[in-house]
Amino acid sequence: MIADVVAALSRTIAGANVRWVDAPRAAGSKVYFANHSSHLDTLVLWAALPRELRERTRPVAARDYWGATGLRRWLAQSVFRAVLIERKEIRRETNPLEPMLAVLERGESLIVFPEGTRGDGERIGPFKGGLYHLARHRPDADLVPVHIDNLNRILPKGEFLPLPLLSCISFGPVPRLVPDEPRDAFLRRAEDAVRGLRQA
Amino acid sequence: MSADPEVVRLLAGVGGLLVVASLAGWVLARRARSESARRTIANLNARTRAWWVMVAVFAFSMWVGRIGSVVLFGLLSFLALREFVTLAPTRRGDHRALFWTFFVATPLQYVLVAREWYGLYSVMIPVYAFLLLPTRSAIAGDTERFLERAAKIQWGLMLCVYCLSHVPALLSLRIAGYEGENGKLLFFLVTVGQMSDVLQYVFGKLFGRHKIAPSVSPNKTWEGFAGGIAAATALGAGLWWMTPFSPLEAAGLSLAITLAGFAGGLVMSAIKRDRGVKDFGTLIEGHGGILDRIDSLCFAAPVFFHLVRYFHT
Repeated sequence: MIADVVAALSRTIAGANVRWVDAPRAAGSKVYFANHSSHLDTLVLWAALPRELRERTRPVAARDYWGATGLRRWLAQSVFRAVLIERKEIRRETNPLEPMLAVLERGESLIVFPEGTRGDGERIGPFKGGLYHLARHRPDADLVPVHIDNLNRILPKGEFLPLPLLSCISFGPVPRLVPDEPRDAFLRRAEDAVRGLRQA
Repeated sequence: MSADPEVVRLLAGVGGLLVVASLAGWVLARRARSESARRTIANLNARTRAWWVMVAVFAFSMWVGRIGSVVLFGLLSFLALREFVTLAPTRRGDHRALFWTFFVATPLQYVLVAREWYGLYSVMIPVYAFLLLPTRSAIAGDTERFLERAAKIQWGLMLCVYCLSHVPALLSLRIAGYEGENGKLLFFLVTVGQMSDVLQYVFGKLFGRHKIAPSVSPNKTWEGFAGGIAAATALGAGLWWMTPFSPLEAAGLSLAITLAGFAGGLVMSAIKRDRGVKDFGTLIEGHGGILDRIDSLCFAAPVFFHLVRYFHT
């Protein structure tokens, strides 16, 4: 209920138009991977999913941002049930892949931003290796490329007041991991899948 | 204003016209065979639907009175500006300036219109916003394409907010012997302007041969222009009884509205072509298209306002 309200509110504020270039399979775990340029990305991508998919989807988010204030913690934990990961000190005990794989194991889905940090909204990439490891460990999960357009203008890096502009979230066709495909080739292909969704 | 029998008669007339248009569109859509015919009719029906919404919104604003109309047009401005800025790329250094544009300049303009403070609302955006917004962008320190970015912000604000705010401002003009009836001026402006758009389209489809500016808008022809403007001017003259104008004055003002409206459509087409989109509504499906419907109104409103203000107050 609260999740529905938050989702509807974020779609309205971000003026989000949702495009499904390729409709997803209803069943099965998915890893939605997207370009990253705004703190709103997590919220808006999550809100753009239809309810049945959204309820089984957990965004992967940085603990240093989403754990920082009471409101963010509440949103991350109670509303969109984020998987909070460490970005600063990655040790064997805090290996971010473990909790992600555990989510997929349970049949749920993930939202990841493989760039690892927010870009300027103009260039996309390079992707970090985590996506490749997820694909290799869970070949049954669909990797869904998502392109987020214009959120970098609504709330760019370093700003805290959002502008009321319109944005567009596009979901594209799933690129499969080819057997024995090298890590970098796969990552470049994944970047291209996101880039290809950018509208002229 | 709500009990004015002339207003009721007008709304009933427009409502009747729309019922006919909707029925005709429905019948045509069922009979259309070729792909191009289907597309033309779909376009026509989309226009009719937009008209229903506008008339409903309009009747509502007449009913709630002056402050209601100010709020309504303020919201329209906000949504139109949102479309405009979305399609006119700015840079990160403009973020704060845009924040001021949306959340300070826009509401302030409508507050001033609501307070009937003509001396300030007629200069606030062209003078003060004009000076302050680029200052804010300059403080942010990004000089790339600076003049272009500053121009885009000012242009969006002038068009979507300043120009459009002259529609509800009509309600505060004091015209001797016409007190409390200004709602009909709004009706006159919008009806003549929108009918001119429709009639230019119809005349263009029927008789269009010579294009006015093929590189900007291939649909605009001299035949459509002449026929549409003449017919809309005649229509406006025929509505003189609801205005404080003589039939001749009503014709002159209608001509001014239609010419300004034509200019608005042409200029917005040039902007859309430059940005590589057909409509403000199609790039971002499901949202907007507001600017596509009100481009002519934005141009016509301040012209009509100042003509009426000069000759009748």
